[in-house]
Amino acid sequence: MEAALSEDVWSARDTTPDEIDDALRELLHERHAANNALVPARVLNLVVVVDRSWKGEIANRLERVGRYHASRTVLCAVEPGRTTMDARVVMRYDEPTGDALGVILEQVEIDLGEGHLQNLHSVVDPIRAAEIPTMIWCPHGHAEAVESLLPLTDVILLDSDEEPEPAAALARANELLTSAYVVDLAWLRTTPWRERLAATFDPPGRRELLWQIGRLDARHQASSTASAVLLAGWLASRLHWRATPLSARDVGELRAVAHAGDRDVEVCLDSSDQLVPGLTGVTVAVPEGWSLSLDRAPGGLCARRVSAGGTESVWKVLGASRGEGGILGEGVRQALLRDPTYGPALAHARAFYPALA
Amino acid sequence: MTAVAENPLVEGLERLPVHPTVLVIFGATGDLAHRKLLPALYNLAHQGALPERFELIGVSRSTYEHEEFQAIARESIERFSRTKPDPAVLDGLLAEMRYIPGVFDDDNVYAELGRTLDELDQSAGYPLSRVFYLSTAPQFFPVIVGELGKAGLNRAEARETRVVIEKPFGYDLASARKLNADVLEVFDESEVFRIDHYLGKETVQNMMAFRFANALFEPVWNRNFVDYVQISAAEDIGIEGRAGYYEGAGALRDLVQNHMLQLVALLTMEPPTAFDANRLRDEKLKVLEAIVPPEPEQVPTMAVRAQYGSGVQGGVTVRGYRAEDGVAPDSRTASYAALRLQISNWRWAGVPFYLRTGKHLARKVTEIAVQLKPVPHLAFQSQGSIGVQPNLVVLTVQPDEGVSISLGAKIPGPRMRIRPVNMEFHYGTSFLSQSPEAYERLILDAMRGDATLFTRNDEIEALWGIVDPILTAWKQDTDSEIAQYPAGSQGPLEANTLLHPGHSWRRL
Repeated sequence: MEAALSEDVWSARDTTPDEIDDALRELLHERHAANNALVPARVLNLVVVVDRSWKGEIANRLERVGRYHASRTVLCAVEPGRTTMDARVVMRYDEPTGDALGVILEQVEIDLGEGHLQNLHSVVDPIRAAEIPTMIWCPHGHAEAVESLLPLTDVILLDSDEEPEPAAALARANELLTSAYVVDLAWLRTTPWRERLAATFDPPGRRELLWQIGRLDARHQASSTASAVLLAGWLASRLHWRATPLSARDVGELRAVAHAGDRDVEVCLDSSDQLVPGLTGVTVAVPEGWSLSLDRAPGGLCARRVSAGGTESVWKVLGASRGEGGILGEGVRQALLRDPTYGPALAHARAFYPALA
Repeated sequence: MTAVAENPLVEGLERLPVHPTVLVIFGATGDLAHRKLLPALYNLAHQGALPERFELIGVSRSTYEHEEFQAIARESIERFSRTKPDPAVLDGLLAEMRYIPGVFDDDNVYAELGRTLDELDQSAGYPLSRVFYLSTAPQFFPVIVGELGKAGLNRAEARETRVVIEKPFGYDLASARKLNADVLEVFDESEVFRIDHYLGKETVQNMMAFRFANALFEPVWNRNFVDYVQISAAEDIGIEGRAGYYEGAGALRDLVQNHMLQLVALLTMEPPTAFDANRLRDEKLKVLEAIVPPEPEQVPTMAVRAQYGSGVQGGVTVRGYRAEDGVAPDSRTASYAALRLQISNWRWAGVPFYLRTGKHLARKVTEIAVQLKPVPHLAFQSQGSIGVQPNLVVLTVQPDEGVSISLGAKIPGPRMRIRPVNMEFHYGTSFLSQSPEAYERLILDAMRGDATLFTRNDEIEALWGIVDPILTAWKQDTDSEIAQYPAGSQGPLEANTLLHPGHSWRRL
């Protein structure tokens, strides 16, 4: 968010959702009366449920999403033992100049207790902006809150990479998918890789190679196994591979064999010491010797292709890293889109990495 | 030809694949490349939207080494990119740029270009697609295309080859036909991409979404409900030192023949059966052909031209058109044009379409206003409903992109009194995304071979066919006074003569 933004603020202790709603209306009314070129953004509600002690960190992450801010963000900070609600409403805007319009972004912060979570919908519902989609994000779990909010939720934002156990993370995503549209940041971390793989095989002369892929190597940050499994699941779903469970060969090395008709595809997922979450590299190879590797490099990806005859070619594929702020921003933006390939990719990913017994 | 199976990896991706490409920009050191093309290419690189292999060759008359051209490109990008350049991405993009100096009719330039293209193919290990982007003065378009053909660079064996031609495409109908013939002698129509950057604007494309994705509007989008349509493309600046171009072009060629008539076509065409290049352009062509060009004697009653005189713009006194540097004191070039057009088809017969464009008008705005007819019977007229106005739909292209619909609503109080209120949609408040620059979209589309947002040969001739009689009549009229309007005003009073009784120009 730009540093020059102005703010109108309201706050209250021991308050109620109705009072918060009134405050939102009053602040909007006052601001619009003062400058009728200022209008509230009406794109998306984002409801975030966090542990009170991590509220600042999450608020900082939300600040860094670039231009993809929700119109109205409701940040519920859960404090053990608390029985009352304290709230703060902030309207942010940049005073427009000339004939331009200015957009108001609204943020509501509510400190509440664990006891509120079971009926959190009754707190959040009156505060949502009407007639626009609602996305929820519960980065610290709070399953009760998720259950309570599901009836008023259009989109669930989650990060399968942040869960300690990938199988459980994928199972949870699959379960939520039956209730709402799921935007999984672990999936979004694979987007540039999926785009590049799709482009690699798009020229008509290369398309046949897709059906000959015999090996997939995905290299990933140690905590981003879910991203790597989702990438494998995506290829399996698009290319009709039958996934079999991965097995650990060594620390950070997972291996499986997928079946593509009468052909086998080796799937190898290896963790690396990269600092940022996500994939560090992908290699696809066909048995006749053709292979393509893409690896993270400054300013994009380093591409290395080996032809069937053994000739090696190396070049740079340009693209700026979005960073984790950009990934979260992309997650917010994706709330308004629908990716029909995530569900099938997730199903195949779960077949590669089934839930623990 | 064997059909190639669909790429199954593409589904669900927002960014469609672009095949490995060499982009050759003729006029690579010119103003358009400097302000728009190079920054657009950087932004595409930044987003990871360029093809996996992307090479750029600049061709221009100035004598530069590769490194000097790269330095110029760096300066353009750092100054005009909408995204703050990432040093590693920028360095990577610049490293792929080469430069070939020379005049455009020199065979040696094309021989050198051919050698460079072959080298790049060799380095890639397969034939790269080739896109030739003609961003030069228009007199060089046929020269460059002819030379490309002579050098065999138009041949598309085992590769995709395309030519992108900037505006203006022709100077009048005859020159557009001649240029089409010249270009189509060398390239197939499917390989020709005539740019009108207006079509790359999100708001212009949104006109199709607005019309064809909403059941609300289409039933009233016809002569039975629409009273008249007004399209304005007003600028609050003058010719900004571009007298050399503008004196030869004037308002009609500069904005009406291309951008504004494209807006008319998108606003009035029948729904295409599918959103693909040819079906969309077929529908646009049909409606453009239904605009009957005026006979010479009709021109004074359906077209007005004018020039800005001195006046006050934003509190600053500005000089008149004829006093601008490089403009002849007796210039007859129009800095303002207004037209009244009729579309002779079942949907639009009898509905006047008023178009106006001009420099140094009161405000910068491009908008389409569709004025609906009044309701047939007003039940509350006797109760003081003076404020009732027919509905008005305004599609604003710039600067504040959006759609506004005026509706009659009851004024709170004990009496049934009505006044118009606006229901508004603004891009800025309803979408999270920032609209990409039109050139980013169009460059990618050209590299992908998607011609939907480009102008086809028959379409360009239909566009010229509408304005050509007006240009001819104005050229032949060397006696009458050219109307004047003060800079910073609403335009010349003479434009009112085009309006049917009861109609009025919207205040800018």
